[in-house]
Amino acid sequence: MPLLTVDNLSVTFTGDDKRPVRAVDGVSFGMDEGEVLGLVGESGCGKSVTSLALMGLLPSRGVEVGGRVHFDGIDVRSLPARRLRDMRGSQLAMIFQDPLSSLNPVVPIGRQVTETLRRHKGMRGKAARERAAELLDRVGIPDPARRLTEYPHQLSGGMRQRALIAMAVACAPRLLIADEPTTALDVTIQAQILDLLGELVRSEGTSLLMITHDLGVVAGLCDNINVLYAGRVIEASSRQQLFANPHHPYTAGLLGSVPRLDAPRGEALTPIRGSINDTIDWNDGCAFAPRCDHYTMECLTGTPELVPAGEGHQHRCVNPVNLDPGPADADRHGHVAEGDNVR
Amino acid sequence: MALGTDRVNKVDRLAELTAQRDGDAEGASLLRETFGRLRRSPMAISGAVIVGAFLFVAVIAPFVAPYEPGAQLWGREVMPNQNVFVGPRGENWFGLDHLGRDQLSRMLVGARNSLLVGVVATLLGFTAGAMLGGVAGAAVSLGRAWGRRLDAVIMRFIDMMLAIPALLIAVSIAAILGPSLTTVMVAVGLAQVPIFARLLRGSMLAQSHSDYVLAATALGVRRPRIVRSHILPNSLGPVIVQATLTLATAIIEAAALSYLGFGNPDPATPDWGAMLADAQRFLVGAPELAMYPAVAIIITALGFTLLGEAMRESLDPKLRK
Amino acid sequence: MSVLELEDLKVHFPIRSGVVFERTVGYVHAVDGVSLSVEAGSTYGLVGESGCGKTTLGRAVLRLVDITSGHVRFEGTDLAELSGEQMRRARSRLQMVFQDPLGSLDPRQNVESILAEGLEVHGIGRSRADRRAKIVDTLERVGLASNALSRYPHEFSGGQRQRIGIARALVLEPDVIICDEPVSALDVSVQAQVLNLLEELQSAFGLTYLVIAHDLAVVRHISDVIGVMYLGGLVEEAGADELYTEPMHPYTKALLSAVPIPDPVVEDAREQILIPGDLPSPSSPPSGCRFHTRCPWRQPERCDTERPELREVAPGHRVACHYAEEILAGELRPRSADVASDTPPRA
Repeated sequence: MPLLTVDNLSVTFTGDDKRPVRAVDGVSFGMDEGEVLGLVGESGCGKSVTSLALMGLLPSRGVEVGGRVHFDGIDVRSLPARRLRDMRGSQLAMIFQDPLSSLNPVVPIGRQVTETLRRHKGMRGKAARERAAELLDRVGIPDPARRLTEYPHQLSGGMRQRALIAMAVACAPRLLIADEPTTALDVTIQAQILDLLGELVRSEGTSLLMITHDLGVVAGLCDNINVLYAGRVIEASSRQQLFANPHHPYTAGLLGSVPRLDAPRGEALTPIRGSINDTIDWNDGCAFAPRCDHYTMECLTGTPELVPAGEGHQHRCVNPVNLDPGPADADRHGHVAEGDNVR
Repeated sequence: MALGTDRVNKVDRLAELTAQRDGDAEGASLLRETFGRLRRSPMAISGAVIVGAFLFVAVIAPFVAPYEPGAQLWGREVMPNQNVFVGPRGENWFGLDHLGRDQLSRMLVGARNSLLVGVVATLLGFTAGAMLGGVAGAAVSLGRAWGRRLDAVIMRFIDMMLAIPALLIAVSIAAILGPSLTTVMVAVGLAQVPIFARLLRGSMLAQSHSDYVLAATALGVRRPRIVRSHILPNSLGPVIVQATLTLATAIIEAAALSYLGFGNPDPATPDWGAMLADAQRFLVGAPELAMYPAVAIIITALGFTLLGEAMRESLDPKLRK
Repeated sequence: MSVLELEDLKVHFPIRSGVVFERTVGYVHAVDGVSLSVEAGSTYGLVGESGCGKTTLGRAVLRLVDITSGHVRFEGTDLAELSGEQMRRARSRLQMVFQDPLGSLDPRQNVESILAEGLEVHGIGRSRADRRAKIVDTLERVGLASNALSRYPHEFSGGQRQRIGIARALVLEPDVIICDEPVSALDVSVQAQVLNLLEELQSAFGLTYLVIAHDLAVVRHISDVIGVMYLGGLVEEAGADELYTEPMHPYTKALLSAVPIPDPVVEDAREQILIPGDLPSPSSPPSGCRFHTRCPWRQPERCDTERPELREVAPGHRVACHYAEEILAGELRPRSADVASDTPPRA
C-alpha cells in the first residue's frame, strides 16, 4: 500500500474582491514508503500550495480545498484538527525555503527542538536536551551542546537549515516534505544540505517529497519526478526516463532552457516562449498550448488526460515528443526561439 | 489548402481563449489601479458615504438650517435651572438647547465649523510637516555631507516639537491669540507637524535606498532630479493616508480644545466641541443635548478613519498582485 | 584591446556604531584588491557566492558606491578620478542591468518615460518624436511591441520587465553593460529567453559585458572569461572552457563540483568536493589565504600566514593559490571533509 496517495487535489483561493484563483487543479500522485519524490515546476505552478494542503496548513478562510489525501490509509482531510496536529511533526514533517523566518527569533535553538520532543514524545528536562544535542550532531552541527543555547540569528543560513532539519526529523517522521529547502542557500551550502537530506532519508527509510524549481536538484536526489504546470501534473516518471525521454513539450522545453555546466560551450539554449501568464483554462484545452510549438486544434478543444507511455511514465499531452527512444531527432531541441510579445 | 486553414483556425482559437486575459490597450498606472481597488472596497465605500454626507451638510448648512443658530428664539420655554428642557418637536426636530436655540440648526452649522477646523488644521500640519520632512529627506537623499547636517538640525527641531504636549502648545497659542477658531486650528495643526515630517522623511529615506533610484543614478540622472521625480512622488502615498487619518483626529482634537474653552466664544458660530462643552452641564437633565454632537463627532471621525484605512490597504504593496 | 581595466580595486564599507557620536569601529572588506581586464566585445563573467563582493565590484565600476582605492580604467580614462559631473556623463557609455526587474523600475513611470529619462539627461535626440522613434526601435530590439510604451512595470511578466531593464540600458548605446544577476530572479523557462537576448544584442551591437552571477552554469554559458571571487578577492581567472575542464583553485574545484546538473547519469557519477563550514565574515577576513579555513588542501604555516598573489600559471589562466601546481599534479591530497566543521559566527 502506498504511504501517501493524493487524489484529484484542488485548491482555489477565493479573495474578497478578486476572481477566484485555482492554484492547484486536480493533482494526483502516490508515494511509497521510503520513496524520494520530486515535485518540479516554476513559480505559480502550485507546487508549494500542494505541499501546504498535504500538511493541512492552508488557512480555512478564503481557500477551498477539494479531493482526497490519504496518509498511511488515513483520510487526512477529514481528520479533526487535534489529530492532524498530533500527526504533524510526528508522522509528517516539513522544512521550508527560508530557515530564518521558520524559526522563532526569540527562543534558543535548543528550546525549539526540545519543544517538538516534548509535544510528541513526552520527553522532558535532561533527556530532551541530550536528545536535542544528538539530533543537532546528527545533522552535522558542530559543538551541539553550545549551539542549543544560541538564538537563530547567531547561526549562518546553512546552520539554520540544518537546525530546521533536526527539528523536522526529531520524531522520526515517515514523510518529510521539503519545500525549496536550498533555494535561499549558496551552491556549496546547497551541496551540503542535499547531501545531508539524501543521507538522512536513505538511512532512516523516511519518504521525502522534494519540492523545487531546480531540475538539477531532483536529478541526483529523487527516485521519481512529477512535473507540474498551471496546477496539474503534466508528466510523471522515473528520473532516468524523465531526463532521457521527456514526453511533454514543457518538460523538454525546461531541459532545453537550462544552461548545463557540462554542456559544450556555444550550444544555444532553446527557451520556451512567453511566460507563465500566457495560459488557458484547463477546461478549454491544454494550459501550455499558448507557449507550445506543437499545439494543434485538438489541444484547444478538450482537457488532455494523463496517459501512460511506457513503464511508470505518464504524460498529459496529445502530441508528445520523444516517443521513440533512440537517436534523438530534432524534436527535443526543435523549438523555435521566439521572443514573447506584449499582449 | 487544408493545412493552411487548420493553422489559421488554431491561431484564432488560441487568440479567442487567451483574449479574456488581455488588459486594456492603455496601461493602467498604479494610481488608477489603486482607485479601482478603492471603489471595490466596502470599507472605502462606507467611509466615503459618511464623509460625503458630512461634506454635503457642511456646505449646504447655511441654506437649509431652519433657524438662525445663534438666536434664542424660544429662550423662555427653556429653564435649565428648573430642569425644564424642550425635546424634539414639530418645529424643532432636535429640540432646543439650554438657551432656547434650535439644536438642529446649531448641529448643521456646527458641521461646517468642525470641518473647517479639521481641514485647515490638517492642511497646516501637512504643509508645514511635509515641507520640513521633505527638506530633511531631500537633504539626506542628495548624499552630501552638508545634507546630512541640515537633516540633523531639522530632525532635532522636530524632536523638540514632539517633546511639547499638544495641549501646552494650545494653551500658549490661546494666551497669545485669545480663544478663537484660529487658535484651535493652529494648535491642532502644529501638533501634527512632527508626525508628517517624520513620516515623509522616513518614507523618502526608504525610497532612496531602492533599486530604481540606484538604476536612475546608473543611468546618469542628476541627484536633484532623482529626488524630485523618483523619490518624492513615491514617498507621498503614506503621507496622504496619514492626512486622511489625521482629519479624524483633528476633528476630535478640535472638539476637545473647544470643550476646554479655547474655541470660538461667539455663540453665533457654534461648533460641535463647544456644543458638547455646553451640554455637559446639563448631562443629568438633558443627556440628548450632549448626545447629538458626540454622536456626530464619532461618526465623522469613523468615516475619515475608514477612508484612510482603506487607502492604506489599497496602497500597500504587499496586497498588490 | 581591453576596454575596461580594474587595478587593485578596493571598496571598504565603514561599520559605524555609537549612541550619540558615531564612530567607525571597523570595515567590511567588500572588495579587497581586485585587478582584471575585460576585452572589447567580450563577456567577462564574475562568479561567487553571496557575500563575496561581486555585486559591490559591479557597482564600484560605475561608482555607485565609493571606491576606497585603486583604479577603474575605461578606454584609458580612470573613472575613479573623474569629478561627479564627468562621471555622470560617462555613465551613458557604461550601463547596468539589475537583478530585480520590478524593483529597479520606478512603479510610477510608464515604459516610455523609463526609457526616455536616460535620453533626456544625456541630451540625446532632438525632439520628443525623435526620442520616441528611438525608444520604439529599442523596444523592438529587445522583443517588446510598441504598445508597451504607455504601460507600467507592474503590468508585465518578470521576463518582460527584465527586457525593459535591458532596453533602458541599451537605448543609450553604451559600450559596456554590467549585468548584475540578470536572470536569477526569473523563472527557468524565461531565463533562457533573456540569456539568448543578451547574446543576440552583443553580436548585433558589439557590446562588452561584465556579467555578475552566482549561477556557474549561467556564467559559463554566456562568458568568454570567468573570474571566481571569494571574500572580496579574485581567486582564479581563466577562459570559460579552461576553468571548467581544469580548475586549479580548491575553491573553484569545490564550486564546480557542487553545481547539480540536470542529468541523472552525470549526477550519479559526480564526485563532490564538499567544503565544510560557512563563509567567514568579510569584516574580519581570515589571515593568509582567505580560503584556508575551509580548504581541503590546506597546508600548515604558509596558507595561514601568507596571502597568495593572483599569478599566471598558464597563458590567460591566473590563480591565487600557493599550491596550485602541486594540487593539479596530484601531489597533494585533500583531507576528507565530510563533516561540516565550524567557523566563528558572522558578525
